[in-house]
Amino acid sequence: MRQRLLTAVTAAVLVAGPAFADLTIIDTSYRTGPYAANGIPFSDGYQDYFTLLNERDGGIGGEKINLVECETGYNTEKGVECYEGTKGAGNGALLYQPLSTGITYQLIPKATADGIPLHTMGYGRTSSKNGGVFPFVFNYPANYWDGASHAITHILEQNGGDISGKKIALVFHNSAYGKEPIRTLEELGKKHGFEVMLLPVDHPGQEQKSQWLQIRQQRPDYVLMWGWGVMNQVAIQEAVNIRFPMENFIGIWWSGSENDVKAAGAGANGYKALAFHNLGSNYPVYDDLRKYVVDAGKAAGAGDQLGTVLYNRGMYAAILAAEAIKTAQEMHGTAAINASQMRDGMENLDMTEAKMTALGVPNFGPEFKVSCQNHGGNGYGAVSQWDAAAGEFKLITDYYQSDQEVISALVAEDSAAFAAENGITPGC
Amino acid sequence: MFYREAGDFKTSYTDDSQTFPIKFDRYRYYVVLIAAFAVIPFLINDYWVNAVLLPFLIYSIAAIGLNILVGYCGQVSLGTGGFMAVGAFAVYKLMTAFPEISIFIHVILAGGITAGVGVLFGLPSLRIKGFYLAVATLAAQFFLVWLFNRVPWFYNYSASGQISAPERSFLGVPITGAQTAPWAAYLFCLVFCVACALIARNLTRGMAGRKWMAIRDMDIAAEIIGVNPLKAKLSAFGVSSFFVGISGALFFAVYLGAVEVGEAFGINKSFLVLFMVIIGGLGSIFGSFAGAAFLVLLPVLLKNTLVGGLGWPTDLAAHLEFMIVGAMIIVFLIAEPHGLAQLWRIAKEKLRLWPFPH
Repeated sequence: MRQRLLTAVTAAVLVAGPAFADLTIIDTSYRTGPYAANGIPFSDGYQDYFTLLNERDGGIGGEKINLVECETGYNTEKGVECYEGTKGAGNGALLYQPLSTGITYQLIPKATADGIPLHTMGYGRTSSKNGGVFPFVFNYPANYWDGASHAITHILEQNGGDISGKKIALVFHNSAYGKEPIRTLEELGKKHGFEVMLLPVDHPGQEQKSQWLQIRQQRPDYVLMWGWGVMNQVAIQEAVNIRFPMENFIGIWWSGSENDVKAAGAGANGYKALAFHNLGSNYPVYDDLRKYVVDAGKAAGAGDQLGTVLYNRGMYAAILAAEAIKTAQEMHGTAAINASQMRDGMENLDMTEAKMTALGVPNFGPEFKVSCQNHGGNGYGAVSQWDAAAGEFKLITDYYQSDQEVISALVAEDSAAFAAENGITPGC
Repeated sequence: MFYREAGDFKTSYTDDSQTFPIKFDRYRYYVVLIAAFAVIPFLINDYWVNAVLLPFLIYSIAAIGLNILVGYCGQVSLGTGGFMAVGAFAVYKLMTAFPEISIFIHVILAGGITAGVGVLFGLPSLRIKGFYLAVATLAAQFFLVWLFNRVPWFYNYSASGQISAPERSFLGVPITGAQTAPWAAYLFCLVFCVACALIARNLTRGMAGRKWMAIRDMDIAAEIIGVNPLKAKLSAFGVSSFFVGISGALFFAVYLGAVEVGEAFGINKSFLVLFMVIIGGLGSIFGSFAGAAFLVLLPVLLKNTLVGGLGWPTDLAAHLEFMIVGAMIIVFLIAEPHGLAQLWRIAKEKLRLWPFPH
């Protein structure tokens, strides 16, 4: 048995040597399992943008990007295997984008010890916004607690600023991811006088009959959803089945892609989801993507995801990563940056409208500036709505800022608890 | 030629009843132990430890635990994931409540707590058997996961319900947390794994094991010859859960460092460990290791061959991996229903006579 073990290990290590290249970015994707429908477009967008940079500009600052993909299946054990297997790829991995809150929780201590930055864009541990405690973790431009606040702000707007006595249900994935907004919602509930009703859904989320029965019986005024993967489709279908008014059903940005609503057909019309970046494919960068990547046959996956919500989000993640690399290259005067220089680049990232226009994505996301104290951006987000006839999500509001008063206090509290638990002295 | 018994004389009962009575077997066992303790720690890096060796050792402990219950005592259990969760949450509560006490003791205590919970959920086994017992233990699985999700005390009221292992050391060497050296984590788990295997092996060779096997083979006959089914079944549940609890504690504290109960200890984990036991061989300690090795190492090996070696797309490789592992399970079970342990036994029998089989 040990002999088999040894041969297996030797073979595994012999074949694990990846190609040598300059700027190594790891894409821990999931193209299999119950979350694949959401994992595929994100990963395609993330990879295609780097391919575009390689094909059109010859990389960033003359250094080619080596993108290493590793399949996690949204599974934490495979995530660890991916992390350990890829962190030494090329000249050393520069950045991880785990796209899973569970894997993020695992990688926070590991990546911090190894000095590799993590970008958990709109997910992960919310209090990692406090860069003094989490020097290697970034969650700009928005986090879950911002999202909870955006949803409440939107509801406030619709009710003329008064939602006292209303009942708001939260249908959430019963995991670290889904539980994140609960405390914020409870705090906001105290502030605005609404009641929060919690309805957990267990992984993977195909069974939601009892939750929606409760909604039918107790008639909450609004339903918020923190779902992912197959859970989104099922929830939206159930909401349609009980004839819940779709305009009162608001999902987090991870519950607002085409895959989630299409299955429910015309009934899903009017479903709302949050967004922290713009939607659609009406951007100059798409012309380049088609010309250099898709038409050249170099697109990731099947190449059929362009313009979808999650493809845009993956592309946005890649844009932010590429801009952080540029910032790091300018700061350190070298094109071949290492992971710690990448971290500096991320911490000094300044996304301005001028920059986005120059990249071919005008008005794509809110402006924000990262600093040591604030790794999470300014917490701007908007609400999008599904138009079933046109088959697309459209932003229906401007970007508004989350309730910083409530959220800053929660971030400070949670990060202080983490620092105390792990013996970290916060400092910038 | 190998495994030759000729000339290997035993002059005492102790010699005659040792675990490895054949000289070659015994030396092979010592060589494996020396390699595991004195050679491998110097060769390994983070990848070997975290992707290959730790999961192998930890799942081996879980498989040994389940094998005692299913393989030796004949009580089918689908609650392994839930019992691993008990071990993980017990060690978490102990680590955070008593930070000054050594992690080594915490892991053993976590095993003890799990044993208690296991005995409690083993009580129905006195009245129900077979598939019905499997369903009862399935209830334990869902109840325990629900409990750890539902009661915030278990996860120290953290916002996300995740538990994260703080840094703890044993004899001054960090064992949990990010600063752990690969060899330290490996040796820590190896010590537990070897100790569990030795205890399990000797328990199953002794009176306790014979009682379990009597219950497994025919419980009414066992009762008639004087085996107390209450004691035998509950001790099997207790000992099994003790091992499973230790594996859960190590799985959380040393291997993953942060877990979420629904994802890490769901029903899939129960099935995975049960498959390890079935593929490895019911009622065999070696089978537990073989089954764990098969289901932990094969996917990693396939992935590295297909993606790293051949450069195939990751999704294609992941799907192929499911198919290949699934097909191999079927092939193995058709070729040898008693598992990898039986194949090894047959190989040894052949080697004993080789090269003169007649």
